[in-house]
Amino acid sequence: MSDPMRIRAQVQGSGAIVRVLMSHEMETGLRKDAAGKTVPAWHITEVTAALNGKTVLSAQWGTAIAKNPFTQFVVKGAKAGDKITISWVDNHGDKRSDEATIA
Amino acid sequence: MRIAPLLGALLLAAAGPAPAQTSTADGIAQYRALLADGNPAELWEAKGEALWKQRRGPGNASLEACDLGLGAGVVKGAFVELPRWFADTRRVQDLESRLLTCMQSLQGLDAAAIAATPFGKGEQANVESLVAYISAASRGLKFNLPQARAEERQMYEVGKRVFHFRAGPYDFACVSCHGEAGKRIRLQDLPNLTVNPGDGVGFAAWPAYRLSSGELWGMQRRLNDCYRQQRFPFPGYASDATIALGVYMGVQAKGAASSAPAIKR
Amino acid sequence: MQTRRDMMTRSAAVAALLAGAGVLPARAQTAWNKAAFEARGVDAVLKALGIAKPAESPDIVFTAPDIAENGAVVPIAASTALPGVKRIAFLVEKNPTTLAGVFEFSDAVETSVATRIKMGETSNVLAVAITGDGKVLYAQKEVKVTLGGCGG
Repeated sequence: MSDPMRIRAQVQGSGAIVRVLMSHEMETGLRKDAAGKTVPAWHITEVTAALNGKTVLSAQWGTAIAKNPFTQFVVKGAKAGDKITISWVDNHGDKRSDEATIA
Repeated sequence: MRIAPLLGALLLAAAGPAPAQTSTADGIAQYRALLADGNPAELWEAKGEALWKQRRGPGNASLEACDLGLGAGVVKGAFVELPRWFADTRRVQDLESRLLTCMQSLQGLDAAAIAATPFGKGEQANVESLVAYISAASRGLKFNLPQARAEERQMYEVGKRVFHFRAGPYDFACVSCHGEAGKRIRLQDLPNLTVNPGDGVGFAAWPAYRLSSGELWGMQRRLNDCYRQQRFPFPGYASDATIALGVYMGVQAKGAASSAPAIKR
Repeated sequence: MQTRRDMMTRSAAVAALLAGAGVLPARAQTAWNKAAFEARGVDAVLKALGIAKPAESPDIVFTAPDIAENGAVVPIAASTALPGVKRIAFLVEKNPTTLAGVFEFSDAVETSVATRIKMGETSNVLAVAITGDGKVLYAQKEVKVTLGGCGG
């Protein structure tokens, strides 16, 4: 069970800046643990951002996105009260979706 | 222009296309500025807030009755007055040792077992989240450790001696790295902790999220790693020696604003 | 370039390859592009994405630090005022797997994104922008890494 994302969405001009912090190990699959065993790759593969339910941004990620990823983007034509939903899927098939209201 | 807000938010240091090589110090400053927004420590802060309020342990109690020095349940402002003396335990305690006290007395969790748990695991991970939450509540406030009691003043003196105590195979002491201005290890500047190093530096920058390992380090872990780097045996978790160091450094940092939880290499 | 693009769009097999690579615009969630994410080196990634060698462009504004204290977390950002850019891909030339991520922009967002990547060593980092009609442009920056951030 993954930890919640931190989503900050603030009105800026006629749009909104959205900043997302995700909690995820983003293991490269190259690291060895203390016993010398390779830690298998475990990372987010897909991300989508939706404004009021409609996808506005999506991404495919590999292992070279940093651990506990931070992403920032700007939504056009958004106002306070609109909902931003961020979702991710990882290579284990785990998913997570969190929502925030634009302030 | 729509590009400007995004860049403005990101670029606090160097502006536009860099023409020539900036100095290393400028480069590091720019790197840190680009990371200033969006500290993953916030993930720990959120978890810590939930843990503070959650009924847990055999006692089925939350930590909301825990006294961190300003009265039961008062979180804001507590961090910048720790370590301090507590009447109920009759000891000078730092934040982590105080959390052990409360987790045991209120929730019935085993303080000794938590102290023996490796950093980042099990209940230690929960302590790290609590430390992030509690320190965040004092962000920007100035350190003002009480020294009214004899016990607090004594711990300051003990801490000063521990700080200067040379030992281990390299004859290091904390002061070897943190006793002069202008010192650095590789690219990291070493603050002089014998004087007030300023806002958000040294004592005022821990707990912190460490980018290199993607973990939240409390002061106990920071000190533990300092001991490791000096090739000393590991200190006891939340032991008097570590609390004394906290008193010494905290009193030296009086008036400096806390930036905890900060973001570090 | 023009000829190749015509040839590519005419060829059903190649079009399917591009569609599978998720490069064609206005696509719902496509399958994760394993080949691209496992490719090593810029050329291999471009090949796996089905795009030709891009042209350097000052219209792609790419922000990255000169030095990263730790390669485990390197903050980067790319934006452009050019119309029609649908995707931006970030490539780290010297990483064991060069492609870090591909962002796809709808008309409802600005064509700009900031993220954080891992770098194994000092390397060129590229922001490659792909327009809806197949034009490919890039900006790059060398980021010095003092401590690698990919493995143990």
